[in-house]
Amino acid sequence: MSGSHRGNLRRLHVAVDSPVHRLDPAAELVGTVAFAVVVAGTPRHAVAVFALEAAVLVVVVVVSRIGARRVLARLAVVTPFIVFALAIPFVAHGPRTEVGGVPVSTEGLWAAWNVVARTTLGATAAIVMSATTPLPSMLEGMARLHVPRVVVAIVSSMVRYVELLAAQLARMRTAMVSRGHDPRWLWQVGPVAASVGMLFVRSYERGERVHGAMVARGFTGTLVVSDRPAVATADWVAALAPAAVSAVAVVVWVVGR
Amino acid sequence: MTRSDAPALAVEGLAFRYPGASGVVLEDLSLRMESGERVALLGPNGSGKTTFVLHLNGLIERQVGSVIVAGLPVQDGNLREIRRRVGMVFQDPDDQLFLQTVRDDVAFGPSNLGLRGAERDQRVDDALAAVGAAALADRNPYQLSGGEARRAALATVLSMQPDLLVLDEPTSGLDPVGRRELAELLVTLGSTQLIVTHDLPFALATCSRAVILDRGRIVADAPTRSLLEDRELLGRHRLEWPIGFDLAR
Amino acid sequence: MLVAMHAPDGFLGPGVAVVTAVISIVVIGLALRHASAELDDRQVPLAGISAAFIFAAQMFNFPVAAGTTGHLLGGALAAILLGPWVGALVVAVVVVVQALLFADGGITALGYNVLNMAIVPAFAGWALFLLWRKVMPRSSGGVVGAAGLACGMTVVLSATAFSIEWLFGATAPIPFDTVFGAMVGVHALIGIGEGLLSALVVGAVMAARPDLVAGARDLSAEEIGDRRPVGARAFAIGGVLVAIVFAVVVSQFAFDDPDGLERVAQDHGFIDRAQDHAVAGSPFADYATRGIGNAQLSLAVAGLAGVVVTLLVAYGLTTATRRVPPRWSLHTTSSS
Repeated sequence: MSGSHRGNLRRLHVAVDSPVHRLDPAAELVGTVAFAVVVAGTPRHAVAVFALEAAVLVVVVVVSRIGARRVLARLAVVTPFIVFALAIPFVAHGPRTEVGGVPVSTEGLWAAWNVVARTTLGATAAIVMSATTPLPSMLEGMARLHVPRVVVAIVSSMVRYVELLAAQLARMRTAMVSRGHDPRWLWQVGPVAASVGMLFVRSYERGERVHGAMVARGFTGTLVVSDRPAVATADWVAALAPAAVSAVAVVVWVVGR
Repeated sequence: MTRSDAPALAVEGLAFRYPGASGVVLEDLSLRMESGERVALLGPNGSGKTTFVLHLNGLIERQVGSVIVAGLPVQDGNLREIRRRVGMVFQDPDDQLFLQTVRDDVAFGPSNLGLRGAERDQRVDDALAAVGAAALADRNPYQLSGGEARRAALATVLSMQPDLLVLDEPTSGLDPVGRRELAELLVTLGSTQLIVTHDLPFALATCSRAVILDRGRIVADAPTRSLLEDRELLGRHRLEWPIGFDLAR
Repeated sequence: MLVAMHAPDGFLGPGVAVVTAVISIVVIGLALRHASAELDDRQVPLAGISAAFIFAAQMFNFPVAAGTTGHLLGGALAAILLGPWVGALVVAVVVVVQALLFADGGITALGYNVLNMAIVPAFAGWALFLLWRKVMPRSSGGVVGAAGLACGMTVVLSATAFSIEWLFGATAPIPFDTVFGAMVGVHALIGIGEGLLSALVVGAVMAARPDLVAGARDLSAEEIGDRRPVGARAFAIGGVLVAIVFAVVVSQFAFDDPDGLERVAQDHGFIDRAQDHAVAGSPFADYATRGIGNAQLSLAVAGLAGVVVTLLVAYGLTTATRRVPPRWSLHTTSSS
């Protein structure tokens, strides 16, 4: 339940140049979602297919030059699920298998493997996307994929202000700590919760002022405007390749069984 | 509608109260500005400065009186053109810069005016150059210093090529160097400007004329220096020079 | 199990993923329309910055015990502050951005994650809040108390919703009873913290700008002025009592293991062949409905819980707010 991994939004993007970085963001978004869908749809017993999907991702990570270490560090997000997965074989019912002398559920083992494999692959795909696509491009990509413009505008405002609000909250916390407030128990939470309430008031009032600033410059409902041409076929092909290769592998596995 | 000899701004008999609130915020306020003038609008907190300013581009709907910008009245039907003419720089640059990059923010106004492609890019480049912020174009607004953010915020309205610039507390949060640089910049821009502030030295450095707003009325209107020398007048309206500051020096 | 709130890819079966995705898209689509009606073009900055607020509040660590920390979920809190439609929209945006940018929750799990973390909390939380308001005094303190109880109970409802989804889309042979017991048990504890924090947050907003609390907009100025303080300690004790009740109920399911003969039968895989498929849609559906050795009872519990959640969501949907009045109306070109 720790929120510490949700770090700085701006630090997600790794500013190097690579074919993955140059991919059209709209195509990359679709490609990532498609890959995640194929991974989620891969039968749990298809170990070879999961291996192939992992290999495809490794190739993408290498080509993108974002660095394996960074990907692994950000994969820490999924640790709780891996821990959970390890518990499944012991909790699950059904026929037992001996692992190191301990009887565990056979189907539970497969379920654990299923959680580990899908979680890791899906998360890695999302990590590669956010590391190779700066936020403004991602928003532009969403706009070009015909995500409703109101949604794109809301996401844009959120992304713009989240660090500002987090910094405000941190300053309030600092001001409390510097006056000797160091809460350790839930019933001491009053001042901290009050600062969150104050943050809401300030956020809402800022929202009203931002609206004023938007209207003052002729706001008509659109925030993200894109002049980019339609996605090039080559970008579609490249972005969808990992999903396509994996999907073919799934089909081959299912048919060949 | 627009006549070349029309004043840049003509406010006549403006009065306003917030719906549901008891007291009036503006009461019979009149102000006239000629083209090319820079006027400092001084006043204590709660004197109605921000409410007044929000009337100038119709962000607050007028209740009593009239506001005319370069011959064009602020009223329904004219608002789009009024908002092009009146460039409003808000007090907190974080309110003004709401997009992901400075360039996007500077392009926001021109986009809403219907400009696209090279024409819009030209506007953006010109506006950024005018405030010396060309290097900031691709930065995220959150990463800017106070002075940089202020200049970027100014560029977001300059790109709309306004006839009247309105700046609300432009020096709040600026360090001394940032303040001086902003004063120099505003003087070189040369456009018609209404500068709302209680930073008296800044008003003196930028404006030849100053007015004092208190309890919803203009209570003084004079050349900045002579107005600021009248310490008794300033004191009556909760204005004073910074501690230890000597106007004579 | 507490981590299952931000479920990863493939955590539930594809059928559940697709169905919940369709439900979520439809409800969020409706929420967009309602938000437009309530906020006009203010919804872009207001919903955006409110989403940033929820995001920031979730990043903020609160003390829990002996220096350990937890964080706010904020689904029901958002509904009470912003109204259920805008609240659901705002939290959904947060959940989607967390999945896309931070790999926090799977992309293909967005259907059930949005349902469990945004939609159920917003509408069921709103419904619970309105119900609690009815028994609380019409005052700031009443709003704060109702907010705390509603927010705390909503966490348990989200866990219940997840358990019911497990019934239809289990990916492991773990019975519904175990999942339900563990989820509800753990989330009852989390609910104490969530309820207390939410109450205090709402209290702080009520003290500064009561007009910003959507759930208190029916109060008159005098009723708002009637400010009885809500003691954090008293509230914590009340929360613990509620949790104990939950825990007693839940433990009936969580730890009531099948006894002797039955266990042997299960371990040797007799029962799965002997039993009919009570719930279709998942290879583990027969496991999901088993546990205390009685599929009918499991189904009854699940069905009852499902009915409660659904009724609350439906009640929240039908009693959603009216237009949110701005402090003054900014004059927009679109309205001219």
